[in-house]
Amino acid sequence: MPINYYIFLSVCLFCIGIIGVLTRRNAIVIFMCIELMLNAVNLLLVAFSRMHHAAAQSLDAASMAGAEAQIFVFFIMVVAAAEVTVGLAIIVMLYRNIHSVDINFLNRLKH
Amino acid sequence: MNAIIISAVWGVLMMYAGFFLQSKRSIHLLAIAGICLMIGATAYEFLSGIPFVTIDTKGMLEYTGYGLAFLLIILVSTLVYFILSGNDIHSAGKSASDLYALVFFILTGIAVVAGYRSLLMLFLGIEIVSIPLYVLAGSDKSNLKSNEAALKYFLMGSFSTGLMLMGIALIYGDTGSFYLDAIRAGFGVLTPMKAAGMLLILASMSFKVSAAPFHFWTPDVYDGSPTVFTSFMATIVKSVAFFAFLTLFDHAFGKLHEQWKVLVAIIAVATLLIGNITAVFQQSVKRMLAYSSIAQAGFMMLSIYAINTFAKQGLLLYFAGYSFATLGIFAVLSKMKDHSIDSFNGFAKSNPIIALSLLISLLSLAGIPLTAGFFAKYYMLLAVIREGGMLWLVITAVLCAAVSVYYYFRVIQAMYFKESVQDNSSLFSPYFKWMMFLNAVLIIVLGIHPDLILSLI
Repeated sequence: MPINYYIFLSVCLFCIGIIGVLTRRNAIVIFMCIELMLNAVNLLLVAFSRMHHAAAQSLDAASMAGAEAQIFVFFIMVVAAAEVTVGLAIIVMLYRNIHSVDINFLNRLKH
Repeated sequence: MNAIIISAVWGVLMMYAGFFLQSKRSIHLLAIAGICLMIGATAYEFLSGIPFVTIDTKGMLEYTGYGLAFLLIILVSTLVYFILSGNDIHSAGKSASDLYALVFFILTGIAVVAGYRSLLMLFLGIEIVSIPLYVLAGSDKSNLKSNEAALKYFLMGSFSTGLMLMGIALIYGDTGSFYLDAIRAGFGVLTPMKAAGMLLILASMSFKVSAAPFHFWTPDVYDGSPTVFTSFMATIVKSVAFFAFLTLFDHAFGKLHEQWKVLVAIIAVATLLIGNITAVFQQSVKRMLAYSSIAQAGFMMLSIYAINTFAKQGLLLYFAGYSFATLGIFAVLSKMKDHSIDSFNGFAKSNPIIALSLLISLLSLAGIPLTAGFFAKYYMLLAVIREGGMLWLVITAVLCAAVSVYYYFRVIQAMYFKESVQDNSSLFSPYFKWMMFLNAVLIIVLGIHPDLILSLI
């Protein structure tokens, strides 16, 4: 399949994520949208990795080009997991205090 | 390289220190010992050029003199931060050793950012800095404002990380490498994919340094977080984000400087205007400092616009001058219950030493000669003039600096020309007073001899 399809799919996913972050009011849903953005990036990186690998392999069969993007994807997953632990802890902390995860509540800070 | 290893090990050590050390004083001293050790090791690496252990990172990390000089300034600022605000860290949470440990983990991320030569390390460094900061922002668990600040910071921070990653992916797709040098080599012409990637990275870095269209989270987060950690965020972390910004745009995107510099100039002007004008209307000193940090970020953006020797030298001086001054003011602020400007009334009579040190810090932030802030701003403007072309940028910056004098002087006026209602003289310990005074002396010394930092490079 041409690379364009992958780029189109991941840009779509990424935009859905951004629209979700900007429009939804529930902290958990916003958080899921951020994860969606990260996963769109993962998909794109893997697709690019394959593309660069195929291009390099046609010149040199033993080429390792493109491998670094797949490593990058692992790092993104690890960091996303670390963010989930901290983020969910913050949301739980907020829930204990106000019994809600509604983001509109944050406007209280503006005074 | 030394700093990465020592700070990571020391962070773990600080975590366990909570079990063994009961007194606040010994935990505090252990943290200061760790910072001093890191300063020593980094200075050794800076002078000799050889780290204690050589690790093959495949060229992903490379410590030049400039990066190590930056790291030294950050570590010295952290030492000042620990000395001035140590007591407040203890009162911020139940177990201070955990909070110290988080600060050390942030320093690990800072050390990674100081030497990154690959976008992977940029991403990791920024995330290692950000994730502990989300925890620090929410460390006052029962306080609603702190909770909200943590959530807001977390959502904004991970959103901007998502933007940055998309930018990195697009640039990788176009150039086929994460290495800054390889990206630079592939950056001859601007393709749509490169342009999109660069814009996304520019947006996310503007988020991190709180530059204008993306600054809206800053006042709320800085206002809500415990004051000790606000001071860390507003100074040291902001400097690190700027350093990452500068390195990336200098090394990776330097060839297309002509294309993106207008955009950066617009961001800089918008940041200067919004930061300075909004700061004028603030009644709380903490919130005023949050807007002032946006305004100072506008000045630092000028160095990204110019990217030449003056900009790079001046940026280090700016980090030092801005960090020392802001850390001092926040340290005083975090010992006071009320953060309104009126609470500074009559400080000159009740606490003459503190008032004098605050005076010097505020003058430095406003950029008055004989303080570090003057030469920092001077170098930023000089860099823009040397770059040529945009004189309106310099004029706006100077006018904004003039506006900033107004809101800094409101605090000075309250301290020196108004009578106090309550007695503030027992707020500060003698040790703290003399440390504040030393900090002010440091600012003056840097103002008279900026070569101390400029000659590092």
